[in-house]
Amino acid sequence: MRRLFTIVVVYALLGVAAMITMLPLLWMLAASLMATGEATVYPPHITPDTVSTAHYTELFTRLHLGRYLINSTVVAVAVTFTALVFNSMAGYAFAKLRFAGRDRTFRVLLSAMLVPAQASMLPLFLLVKSLGLLNTYWGVMVPGLASVFGIFLIRQYALSIPDSLLDAARIDGASELRIYWSLVLPLCRPVLVTLAIFTFMGTWNDFMWPLIVLADADMHTLPVALATLLGEHAQDTELMMAGSVLTVLPVLLVFLALQRHYIAGLMGGGVKG
Amino acid sequence: MRRTTGRDRAGYWFIGPALFLIFVFFFLPVVAALALSFTDWDVYALGDLANLRYVGFANYQRLVGDPRFWVALRNTLYFVLVGGPLSVAVSLGAALLLNSSIVRMKGFFRTVFFVPVVTTLVAVAVAWRYLYHPRYGLLDYGLHLIGIAPIDWLGDPRWAMPAIILMATWKNFGFNMIILVAGLLNIPENLYAAARIDGANGWQQFRRVTLPMLTPTLVFVVLITMIGYFQLFAEPYVMTNGGPSDATLSIVLLMYEEGFRWWNLGYAAAIAFVLFAIILGATLLQLRFGRTPLQ
Repeated sequence: MRRLFTIVVVYALLGVAAMITMLPLLWMLAASLMATGEATVYPPHITPDTVSTAHYTELFTRLHLGRYLINSTVVAVAVTFTALVFNSMAGYAFAKLRFAGRDRTFRVLLSAMLVPAQASMLPLFLLVKSLGLLNTYWGVMVPGLASVFGIFLIRQYALSIPDSLLDAARIDGASELRIYWSLVLPLCRPVLVTLAIFTFMGTWNDFMWPLIVLADADMHTLPVALATLLGEHAQDTELMMAGSVLTVLPVLLVFLALQRHYIAGLMGGGVKG
Repeated sequence: MRRTTGRDRAGYWFIGPALFLIFVFFFLPVVAALALSFTDWDVYALGDLANLRYVGFANYQRLVGDPRFWVALRNTLYFVLVGGPLSVAVSLGAALLLNSSIVRMKGFFRTVFFVPVVTTLVAVAVAWRYLYHPRYGLLDYGLHLIGIAPIDWLGDPRWAMPAIILMATWKNFGFNMIILVAGLLNIPENLYAAARIDGANGWQQFRRVTLPMLTPTLVFVVLITMIGYFQLFAEPYVMTNGGPSDATLSIVLLMYEEGFRWWNLGYAAAIAFVLFAIILGATLLQLRFGRTPLQ
């Protein structure tokens, strides 16, 4: 009896929490499909009276959302690939190759995780400006091309690769580059997937840096475009919600498709040290 | 000890690209920011470097005398000290529920709770703006149904920060929840068995076994939450623009306004460095209270 009571309470709490968690997102979707004005009635509607895709059409035709979608995709995909290559090379080297100053360099790198990104942004802006990279994809991408966190994540994983395996490849005459490419990368697949998802989502969702370097509306990424849109269309609730849904949807789909790797990486990376 | 061989030189080639990028686009700018904070770099210097002057600690002195800085600091501390613990408490509650042995479909609930974490902050902040609407918003309607008078969440200086804290809790708790679930899974089952044999009830088991064993994970979670919360920016930028009457102006928002709206880069750099110092100090303080898995 007592056990039954506990079960009911635990499930009730979980159910209520799940509902509260999903409600804002479900309302966002519902409002995006409402006719103009329906999201601002009293009492509020939870579902649209009639489903209308007019706001999505308007976003893609009049408001060039397709362009921002492309910008966000190009930046996020490019940063993810570059970061994977550079971070995996460095992470593997810090774990398995021996060279003078290795551990000291790694410790200095780790200390950088304590420095908030904002401390670098003002001079970084001047640097990007002097390189002529304002309003370019490169300008948005440069701070993300390699990351201390990424190197750390790969290193922790690469530590578990047996030295004997690498030595065997060396005895067989494989070059260091060959060992990295044909042996280390395949072995690191799980952590590479984790890092790819982290990087893709972080870049896609990033707001402050793109906001600073992208003054030209044509180059905006989705979050920046959405914030700009809010300035002109704050009253068009349904339109804004359609824009929000389109911004969230790609990362949400990536997460749902690959969540196993993502959550496994988070659980491992957060506790191991 | 092995002898140095050709492969060891390869190490430099492997770390080279990443180190170069991090050095040029992070370390160098951080050092430059410190230098920048001792200059009067403004919109004139941006046009012509001849207008740049070394001003010593003038920016820092100006900071101390700037009432908006103190408002921003107070708001940020409010967010960190109220929002941070609330977020961790909700994460812990969710993790304990998920860890309960009677729960089936753990994967489903875990995914649901984690979804807000991966969503784009700007997009969900826009949605919450409407949820918080005093007339048409779902939240006030829900409160009305249980007999609470509508609250002008984002329009009332007293409620704007609680509104942002509430939204941030919703957005973030899933992240810490996952890390805490991992920590809970690492507690050996035989400790609970031993506690039960000694006659400990559920609360005593939580108090005497779960909490002490979870402390390192908790310290880690509190630390990363605090560091992240000090950098509050997008929520007030999108939801309130720092208002009403500066009630949600954060340190980073102030830095952004000074640096990139008024082009007072020298002054903004001083703000950034004070934030850095505060985060560093708070981190060292935390580390004194407990060992974290990072150590």
